[in-house]
Amino acid sequence: MGVGIEVEGLNAWFGATQALHGIAMRIAPNHATAIIGPSGCGKSTFVRCLNRMHETLPETRVVGRVRIGDLDVYGNGTPAVQVRRHVGMVFQKPNPFPAMSIYDNVAAGLKLNGFRDKARLDEIVERSLRMAALWDEVKDSLKKKSGASLSGGQQQRLCIARALAVEPNVLLMDEPASALDPISTGKIEDLIFQLKENYTIVIVTHNMQQAARVAEFTGFFLLGKLIEFDKTEKIFTNPSDKRTEDYITGRFG
Amino acid sequence: MRTRFQLGLDELREKLLKMGGMAEQAVDRACQAYRERDLTLCRRVLENESLINAAEREIDGIALDLLAMQQPMAIDLRFILAVVKINADLERVGDQAVNIAERVMDMMELPAAELPVDVPRMASAASAMVQRALESFIEGKAELAQAVLEMDNVVDRMRDEAFISLVRTMNQNPAITRQALDALLIARNLERVADHATNIAEDVIFWVRGADVRHSFGLQSSLGGAS
Repeated sequence: MGVGIEVEGLNAWFGATQALHGIAMRIAPNHATAIIGPSGCGKSTFVRCLNRMHETLPETRVVGRVRIGDLDVYGNGTPAVQVRRHVGMVFQKPNPFPAMSIYDNVAAGLKLNGFRDKARLDEIVERSLRMAALWDEVKDSLKKKSGASLSGGQQQRLCIARALAVEPNVLLMDEPASALDPISTGKIEDLIFQLKENYTIVIVTHNMQQAARVAEFTGFFLLGKLIEFDKTEKIFTNPSDKRTEDYITGRFG
Repeated sequence: MRTRFQLGLDELREKLLKMGGMAEQAVDRACQAYRERDLTLCRRVLENESLINAAEREIDGIALDLLAMQQPMAIDLRFILAVVKINADLERVGDQAVNIAERVMDMMELPAAELPVDVPRMASAASAMVQRALESFIEGKAELAQAVLEMDNVVDRMRDEAFISLVRTMNQNPAITRQALDALLIARNLERVADHATNIAEDVIFWVRGADVRHSFGLQSSLGGAS
């Protein structure tokens, strides 16, 4: 099941440059939350702080509190690996392991963790591919075809299946459909809608219509600050902050 | 800044104002025709209806294009939605003017009668409401629109008074029943004009403040309702 995310006083730096300033946000469990804002506003940095990916870049720093369910993400002694087991991530460009079969792509995370029960692995691969709405398209070539042989849209759903296989509570998606055609985008959006039942989803998107279509809540970031966070319909019909309105109506800058 | 989109919004605003001017003029002409028993003016109201109808279709077309191609958001989305609704109300104002003109033409076939109803006063109140509603649209000011809402009761009261006194006249002097009935219908048409002006004012408030004030739900019921 999805769990809630609580963010308090979150600050992040790239070297001396502060990318996030005191972000506070409560992300509801089993809902989709969209993060919007212009390039460089800190939205990707924000989601990368949720699963401790930010610290993987050189000269970066994070200060603040993030709780995902009962897990204190930046607590003393919380290993980053444990956080990432609870928080799956899907990126803008589909990145399947090119040399691996479809099956191995999905099973990779579990195998890496020493999971060896073959029958159970089969089950999890099938369930993950079904949840990612890819099963029917690949079930006859699971071990014959490589991940790289799939279309862009299929590759992205494969990456979603790979993220789901380790049974996370939260799924972070950073522009998951921006490299896809409208049909594939539609499939990903339908998928987000279905996945909400079992996961908490945070999606970064430049496409405001997409945010409006898939997310119940939307946060608008500008210059590293969370300017407004509210129900999606409120943000897109009657935002409270002039800066939000200027951005979503294209009058920004 | 999205230049093409802004040009589209400006075009919509301009066309709607032009249409507003035509609808307002139609009501004024119909009422002048009543005062002066002028058949030519009545015919002009009838002829001009097709121009108002054409304007309605054109405005709806521009709004539909903007919705489909520009995916407007927030205040722009509310503006276009408001324009579409105001457009429909203005077309109905034009229809009411035609109804009035037809009643005047009917009255002109009958002997002139002394009727206990001040149509010009009522017309000027209803017309002022349309005018102020359009002003609130031009200025984008919710306070001006709010003032229009408060004027509606005055016109409603005039219609009620007209109804009571004209029914009494029909009872007392059956020979002029048809003239009284025509005047009664004109009073009702003018009351409808005022109702359309009220709708327009409500749409302006929705556009400017994002608040739905229809059916007396009040200004506190804002869109989206963030809790």
